[in-house]
Amino acid sequence: MTEPRAALNLIGKPFRRVDGRAKVTGQTRFADDLTFPRMCFMRLHRSTVPHARIVEIHLEKAEKMPGVLGFLTGEDLPVSFGILPMSRDEHGLAVGKVRYVGDPVVAVAALTEEQAEAAARAVEIEYEPLATISSVEEALANPEPRIHEHGSGGNLHRKKSMIFGDLEQGFEEADVIFEDTLFYGGNTHLAMEQHASVAVPEDDERVTLYSSTQIPHYVHRALARVLELPASRVRVVACPNGGGFGGKSDIMNHEIVTAKMALVLGRPVKISLTREEVFYCHRGRHPMLMHLRTGFGKDGSLKAQHLKTALDGGAYSSYGVASTLYAGALQTATYELPRYRFDTLRAFTNKPPCGPKRGHGTPQPRFGYEVHLDKAAHALGIDPADLRLRNLAPAGLITANWLQLSSVGLGRCIEAVVEGSGWRRRYGKLPHGRGLGLACGAYICGVGLPLYRGEMPHSGVQLKLDRSGGVAVFCGQAEIGQGSDSVLAAIVAEVLGIELADIRLVVADTDLTPVEFGSYASRVTVMMGNAAYDGAQRARELIATAVAERFEVDSERLVFAESRVFDAEDPEKGLSFAAAVAIAETRFGTLGTTGSYRPPTPPGRFQGSGVGPSPTYSYSAAVIEVEVDPATGLFDVEHVWIAHDIGRCINPALVVGQVEGSVYMGLGEVMMEEQAFRRLPPRLSGALVHKTPSLLEYKSPTFRDVPPVTTYLIEEPDPAGPFGAKEVGQGPLLPIPPAAANAVFDAVGVRVDQVPIHPHMILRALEDKARGKEGRFGPAAFPDVDFPRNLIVPTPAEGGDGTALNDPRSQKQAGRQAAKEKPSAASAPV
Amino acid sequence: MLRLPRFEFRVAGSASEAVAILAGEGPGTRLVAGGTDLWPNMKRRHQSARTVVSLMSIPELQGIVGNGGGEGELRIGATTCLADVAASATVRERYPALARAVDAISSPPLRNMGTLGGNLCLDTRCTYYNQTEEWRRSIDYCMKEAGSVCWVAPSSPRCWAHSASDSAPMLAALGGRVKLVSAAGERVLPVAELFANDGIDYLEKAADELLTEVLLPPESDSRHSKSSFWKLRRRGSIDFAVLSVAAWVRTDAAGVVEEARIYLGAVASAPLAATSAAAALLGEPLGEESIAEAARRARKAATPMDNTDFQVQWRGRMVELYTAAALREIAGLDPGVRAPRHLTVLSS
Amino acid sequence: MTHAMTTLTLRVNGEDHTVAFPAHHTLLEVLRERCGLTGTKHGCELGECGTCTVLVDGRAVLSCLMLAVETEDRSIETVEGLMDGNRLHPLQAAFADLGAAQCGYCTPGVLMTSKALLEADGDPSEAEIREALSGNLCRCTGYHKIVQAVLWAAARLRGEDSAPSAEVFYGSPPPGQEASSSSSSEAHDDD
Repeated sequence: MTEPRAALNLIGKPFRRVDGRAKVTGQTRFADDLTFPRMCFMRLHRSTVPHARIVEIHLEKAEKMPGVLGFLTGEDLPVSFGILPMSRDEHGLAVGKVRYVGDPVVAVAALTEEQAEAAARAVEIEYEPLATISSVEEALANPEPRIHEHGSGGNLHRKKSMIFGDLEQGFEEADVIFEDTLFYGGNTHLAMEQHASVAVPEDDERVTLYSSTQIPHYVHRALARVLELPASRVRVVACPNGGGFGGKSDIMNHEIVTAKMALVLGRPVKISLTREEVFYCHRGRHPMLMHLRTGFGKDGSLKAQHLKTALDGGAYSSYGVASTLYAGALQTATYELPRYRFDTLRAFTNKPPCGPKRGHGTPQPRFGYEVHLDKAAHALGIDPADLRLRNLAPAGLITANWLQLSSVGLGRCIEAVVEGSGWRRRYGKLPHGRGLGLACGAYICGVGLPLYRGEMPHSGVQLKLDRSGGVAVFCGQAEIGQGSDSVLAAIVAEVLGIELADIRLVVADTDLTPVEFGSYASRVTVMMGNAAYDGAQRARELIATAVAERFEVDSERLVFAESRVFDAEDPEKGLSFAAAVAIAETRFGTLGTTGSYRPPTPPGRFQGSGVGPSPTYSYSAAVIEVEVDPATGLFDVEHVWIAHDIGRCINPALVVGQVEGSVYMGLGEVMMEEQAFRRLPPRLSGALVHKTPSLLEYKSPTFRDVPPVTTYLIEEPDPAGPFGAKEVGQGPLLPIPPAAANAVFDAVGVRVDQVPIHPHMILRALEDKARGKEGRFGPAAFPDVDFPRNLIVPTPAEGGDGTALNDPRSQKQAGRQAAKEKPSAASAPV
Repeated sequence: MLRLPRFEFRVAGSASEAVAILAGEGPGTRLVAGGTDLWPNMKRRHQSARTVVSLMSIPELQGIVGNGGGEGELRIGATTCLADVAASATVRERYPALARAVDAISSPPLRNMGTLGGNLCLDTRCTYYNQTEEWRRSIDYCMKEAGSVCWVAPSSPRCWAHSASDSAPMLAALGGRVKLVSAAGERVLPVAELFANDGIDYLEKAADELLTEVLLPPESDSRHSKSSFWKLRRRGSIDFAVLSVAAWVRTDAAGVVEEARIYLGAVASAPLAATSAAAALLGEPLGEESIAEAARRARKAATPMDNTDFQVQWRGRMVELYTAAALREIAGLDPGVRAPRHLTVLSS
Repeated sequence: MTHAMTTLTLRVNGEDHTVAFPAHHTLLEVLRERCGLTGTKHGCELGECGTCTVLVDGRAVLSCLMLAVETEDRSIETVEGLMDGNRLHPLQAAFADLGAAQCGYCTPGVLMTSKALLEADGDPSEAEIREALSGNLCRCTGYHKIVQAVLWAAARLRGEDSAPSAEVFYGSPPPGQEASSSSSSEAHDDD
């Protein structure tokens, strides 16, 4: 699917995003901008206690408040939901017990939002408090009372160990072994748009939900399940998201409850969350404790790694099963690691549920790995850039944990930032207080398996063409600001040789658009893009067939460009695109095509192998320059050089924007952002609350806090992506936190092995060092956990076949997959 | 969307009308100027009012009045917006550290709305208090509003919410005064005496009094009289101070310090007069040693509490470094710490 | 408790809107819910993010912290008033072309703050732009494209046709490697 750039009209050149005009004029309608006749307003009464049994709900006072139309409680929504079918542990409203401050308990609808708010405040709930869990350590120490009845026992949601290859042998081959324990603090997406939903009852037993969601398809499925309606009677429309970053990629309580309320009241219902409530929805970065043990040869070659991670999951499962595996799955994608063991656990705690934030589960172990490598390089006397270059994973590698790599542009990324930053002459040589740090990362471009089982397409696109020359493109994908709509339109326009202005998009509407899994896992450009390419190619073939017949030329010779279809060898011989479509319409009747995409079957066939596989991987490398004030421990990031392996840019202006945005968010995480909680003195109170649920006190960088960024785009078209493109929305965040931490070390010679890096940490490490102690601030140890050896998978190099030696499920799966091995689902013109 | 509760809104056309409304309506009446403090507090339901009286239509409360560019007292009307104070050529020239302090308040749009009088009267702040009704319910409230315990110091009989005004320590250090007007009459008070070190009753201004203007002393910054302001906060904008240091020093012709004032912000419930620290500067030229001693004393005087951003012990240490930085800047020495991005260059 | 509604005429983008609302409603609520002008967004309603910024008498203010009754007889400008007929304001065109609006949610507030800045200073430095916009939070862009867009719009308002450098559109050419992007930026037409 890659084509030489010269042949491309639109792809690769900057163009105004197709929704650009609407966004600068105020025309874009976000969910909270919608109004409908008779619309009423809903508020949620949320738990004010962190963990308790609900004894009684008193609505007496609230019922008498002016304007009140109705209430819902957990009893009204008995069916559970959850984004992953194996862990559906959420309800629209709490059933029986509450698990964190902010857990929704009662919904109130009223004529105005003010009335709904007043009535929600008047709801009174009697609780029987339960002991609370606020950290992984507490969860390990206190199996009772359990936050959930499911999971790996006690308050552990998941505990898993995967061993790829003969680890002992790997460590035996090592000349030197390094160990590090690091911590990555929790943080949240903080999209500027607060979540909002509007539900509109349609005919009998039908409902439409307009929502700020990245995943209309999964919300659709969950609504049908919880409302106990056939999916065909539920319609979900994703409004343009005012920022997502993963924060709107889960099924939210308020979405479920709003739809139910609309069906009960028979009128449109809107909910618009407050900023504080958005902090309670969360699904953000898991706080993660990590231990790395890695064996190296004297030359810096990697021999084996044992990674342990412990995730603080919050009160519900959310994507937790996947998050837990992502905490180790991509360690192998950057550097060739022959043998690898990964132990991981996720604990339930009485805090808002964690989930996927930009980089889902991988920025934490990436931070751990890249800091760990920096220390190893230092100890081995090898330049950190060289250490990485020596171990680069080659293109096409099947990794120790059975990821199939495609193109790998990481080497070029490292070379670009090393060159651009003057690394060779400046690293290790800057005055005290000034330092450079380098780090890398890799990220998925879509996922190998759907969130629920099935062989259906992951991405679908439909095209409608007619004699007007206009093309309508229907796709279930949600625009969250990253440029999804522009990618969709550009690919179709490129294939058909027409202008963006001739394309109309209908997106993210489960009634009107083909199924698309949504805007997560950096899957839009590659997965939706391939489906769009497929659909547009089919349209092109139809038109080419008809035009070739009319002109009596070989259809292969026809060129689609400049809104014309013409003979490559006689460009005068041709006609306008509209006229060409008219000929095709004459020849075939009403025109429409579909395109589908299903990713290749991953080579791994063990339990848990579904997390990690991707059609291809993007790569990034960054060098960060910092200035640390040794007197205060405050540091400023002075410059960021980042290179990203994009495969090929669809729209370079938007690609640069995604890189810059990722850098910004990574800097926020390492400099200041923290989803922190506070326990009051236990003798006085059982409270366990979010410390700073506001835009003022949850610190996110302002215009004055961001350094200049130099962005290099490395274009090496990848066969897996449309026109060779890969993802860019998430990957460039990954190298930022570790590069900053490594730069702090270069600046002042001390390590802060945790994120965010607060000034008191640097100061403490400096003082310790001055006193002859280790100049390091960070966690002391990984908790003593007994990880069962529950999965042993021989690596490709060891002659493995992708199955585990001791996984009964893998045998069954192997048989099933062999029978079903076939290419991407093809689709015919409709 | 967070919304305001209902209240009766009245617009006063003159100071006398405003104080008459205050006297007539009694408790439950609040004054509002720019609204940047009161409205968020009312939206979160930790301040309430039956009647709110706007001061923004009172011409005599607005504007900066001084006798030209020279000497003499400068009067700044209480409802002069912060952006205008910071942009005033007179203020920038005569009291550059005040311009810097005001420029460091919150963010540009807030400074277009917030007023100097409002910033002086800013409610004390605390992360247990500046939260929504629902959040505070989940900690059973606190002493400052509806509860009985100060969660910052649970065994303490008083509330430890901190003063977060940037203009207050600076005006106190400069020796500024404020005029308070009530139905019973008026009085002029040094800014330093406007505050009490209590998180709840932090103002000496009576409930029926209106702060009408700020009076700056006739003495401008000059070769012998210099001031400085250093503010510590996480970000380059928006944030309140987690520490501010305002200093003013006057020397004689030989450069010997005759008089000095140092006020610390955000480390007590009022702008904290670091009198012992200031005393360390007297009687000798402003130099390394006396500054170091003053900075050590300032740190001893400060009581930062764990109720705002940054680790509390670290903030205590910063008191010493930032006090030294402000004084060293006055002395023309390298400040010794990296200047935060948000501090404007002092013009004098 | 019943409170009388206030009825008054607000002058928004040069057009009169006669609306009735309770006196405790902010300008944000009245613009969005009474005037139907939903272009003005909100991110916190507490003055902490700048999302709801509009211009009142030419000054950038936070509509969440201003009562609508206080804006009678004053000139209110919102994002809906930026266009000249069907033609985008140079700020709007630059934001659209550079991708300075990603999700677009903070964009109306950023545009209005930028407009006030450019009306006060037609040739601001990058540092001045960053200072003027430092009360407007954006989570998508890292702010870089916004600064470039304001610089571009300022230049165009001054009558200079100076498109941003190629780096802004394509990134910087990777040093020591063959240029893989076309090196010239294309000037974008207004609209």
